[in-house]
Amino acid sequence: MSILIDENSKVIIQGITGREGRNRSKLMKEYGTNVIGGVTPGKGGQEVNGVPVFDTVAEIVEKYNGIDASAIFVPAPLVKDAAIEAIVAGVKLLLIVPDRVPIHDVLEIAQYAKECGAKFIGPNTLGILSVDKAVLGMIGGKAKSAKEWFKKGNVGVTSRSGGITSAMSYYLGQNGIGLTTIVHVGGDSVIGLPHNEIVKLFQKDPETKLIVMFGEIGSSQEEKVAELIKNGEVTKPVVAYIGGKGAKSGTRFSHAGAIVEGNKGTYAGKVKALKEAGAYVVDSFLDIPKVVKEVNKEKSE
Amino acid sequence: MAKLYEFQGKSILQKFGVAVPEGKAVEGIEEAINVSNEIGFPVVVKIQTWSTGRAALGGVQFANSIDELKETCENFFKMKVGNFNIERLLIEKKLNIVQEFFVGFIINGEEKKPTLIFSSKGGSGIEEIAKEYPESLFSYNIDVIRGLKAYEIIPLLIKVGVDKKLLNKMASTIIKLYNAMRGSDARSLETNPLVLTEAGKIVAADAHIVIDDYGVFRHPEFGIEIAREFDRPPTELEKIAYLVEKNDYRGTFYFFQMNEKLKSEENYIGFHGAGGGGSMMSMDAVAKKNYKIANFCDTSGNPPASKVYKAAKIILSQPNITGYFASGSGVASQEQFHSARGFVKAFLEESLDVPAVLRLGGNSEEIAIDILNKYLGNLNVKVLGYGKNDSPDFCMDKLDELIKENGKKSHRVKKIKEKNLDDYNYKFETMTGSINIDHNVCKNCPTQSCVKSCNYNILKIEDGVPVLAIEKEDVKKGKCIECLACEIACKFNGRNGLYIHLPIEGLKEYREKITKE
Repeated sequence: MSILIDENSKVIIQGITGREGRNRSKLMKEYGTNVIGGVTPGKGGQEVNGVPVFDTVAEIVEKYNGIDASAIFVPAPLVKDAAIEAIVAGVKLLLIVPDRVPIHDVLEIAQYAKECGAKFIGPNTLGILSVDKAVLGMIGGKAKSAKEWFKKGNVGVTSRSGGITSAMSYYLGQNGIGLTTIVHVGGDSVIGLPHNEIVKLFQKDPETKLIVMFGEIGSSQEEKVAELIKNGEVTKPVVAYIGGKGAKSGTRFSHAGAIVEGNKGTYAGKVKALKEAGAYVVDSFLDIPKVVKEVNKEKSE
Repeated sequence: MAKLYEFQGKSILQKFGVAVPEGKAVEGIEEAINVSNEIGFPVVVKIQTWSTGRAALGGVQFANSIDELKETCENFFKMKVGNFNIERLLIEKKLNIVQEFFVGFIINGEEKKPTLIFSSKGGSGIEEIAKEYPESLFSYNIDVIRGLKAYEIIPLLIKVGVDKKLLNKMASTIIKLYNAMRGSDARSLETNPLVLTEAGKIVAADAHIVIDDYGVFRHPEFGIEIAREFDRPPTELEKIAYLVEKNDYRGTFYFFQMNEKLKSEENYIGFHGAGGGGSMMSMDAVAKKNYKIANFCDTSGNPPASKVYKAAKIILSQPNITGYFASGSGVASQEQFHSARGFVKAFLEESLDVPAVLRLGGNSEEIAIDILNKYLGNLNVKVLGYGKNDSPDFCMDKLDELIKENGKKSHRVKKIKEKNLDDYNYKFETMTGSINIDHNVCKNCPTQSCVKSCNYNILKIEDGVPVLAIEKEDVKKGKCIECLACEIACKFNGRNGLYIHLPIEGLKEYREKITKE
């Protein structure tokens, strides 16, 4: 098992004819994702990387009797319309890749998603990858690299930093630790599925035995995970690292989400909440594999 | 987050139909007198800063006469709040206030909705209001598709004790404020106090609006110089960097200076990250080795080589750095040779004089490191490339060694010497620059390395010289991704007859200025 996506999920790519869409559809297909087709209004009838292009999401949904997920690769100002189109057409999982989507557009997408029972990941996400099954987005960049870097196993990974999603997953693999699904939740301050939602999904996945989380300063996602552990909703061990220890209040390092406002979302607050709840919080990022091994050993004894 | 001044905020509120006091922002005492005479004394004079709590700083004063006004203005223009000088004052007619309210809208990340916060006791900060008069306060999450309706607000207003005669008027003002928030792409909008005047009008006596960085593009009318938050005015170099980012949507380029006036011998590192998370860890590695960070920079999200080149040129516009450290997540999805070529072009043009360590782990890192080794070997300083199995700490150790080897010499910024583009007789524009070829030089060049190195097939050989294989317009639109491969190939394998001109607006003048100082 895995979460959110596997080899059977029927996937489309919105913006498939653009620079990134073209490139990443290749990655997805070659990795094993069941890419049904793409959508670019006005370019229906064309073909990209061997899959057909349609003018609207509704057409492709009808033709293939439902679509499970859409990866959105359109320029940020057009994301809102593309996402709402997919949601209304009945797609239940969206991956919103672009950076710099206006926050009020995200709020509108969120409201539509809620009303139609859809989920979305991102914006500003590298994507999700279920090892040896499917990738949605651009994790790994090329199928060959993705196959080489990420090993199959029973650890779920969730991260707020795109680069770190791959880095952490790669370093775990190098230490003989395999993975179920890896998720980049997105770097923005309002995102569809924050850590706490992903962790709940990992809890339900029978194959995932341990969860690794890369947190960051800002927002309350990590505190929420601590709550879930505390109230028993999450019982699988969580190994966490929080980035941004050195950042002073008010500064922001690229990620819109990584901003500390007042006392909310501080490094110290997050570490304290997670430790008190019983999560394993590591000080150094490179200690994650070591601690994962130790926890695995502890649990098997 | 782009903050607006009160006077800007008030003009937005006005546009959405919210009443604001009669008045005007002024930049000098003379102007202040004219405005005051026009609207009539007594007036209120308010410093224009991005910070809240101005009253506590003494930045809000009343003036009953020209003399009082002059004195107040003189004092205010001498004030400094944080790192900012006071450049503008808002002069307004003094209101006769009967009651004060608080109205604020923020974005609730957990609920993914705008939240309205209202209190029938305005004036002080919302934290104090919440503590002292919790019964005066309500918050309400708004459905953005439906919008905010009066029937939703009125029962809540009644609960917190708003006078029944005011209900309709207050609800309608709140809705207008909400429309102003949505309509201006604000992350937050606060008016504290919103007041009831003796004349029975509801007026926004203050306005504090923060615009969403990502929504700024929809509002050129706000005149926001840099759509990013700063706790001080942006430096000249930051403004130059922001222009690069603004005019090129491909990938992300973010630059700010942590220290502007760098002293030599203080061990500053020019920092160039890729991706927020990896950058933060890499900066920790710099700090651990007891170096100071001159600047933060991030080029990520698959930027073209040209953007990385420009970032490097900007980083190298900081005198006295002793080393250059590029380090991102370590396992990047993007093809790393793009960044490598950006570094090569920049370092060659600058004849780099401080050592550099570039941690380029990720896709095609072998090719990227190979590019560095091949083309930067002849510099007077060492440039080392590392991959995904090398940690930031390890790479920083290496840079530390190189800096010591180099005698901790600090970087000298040079003037930009531009090539004369008239020397090239075949040229075409790319998205952010131009490719210039001298056909006299390259006629019958046996290597044809420019054409061969172009993975996007935009060049072909015709009559023994390279020419465009596609339409000029398509090149400009982005079919040429400015990967810089042709220039580097021609320089090292061909006859050095091709030059890619990538101007950085304002950088030449900036360098002229700082090299004079």
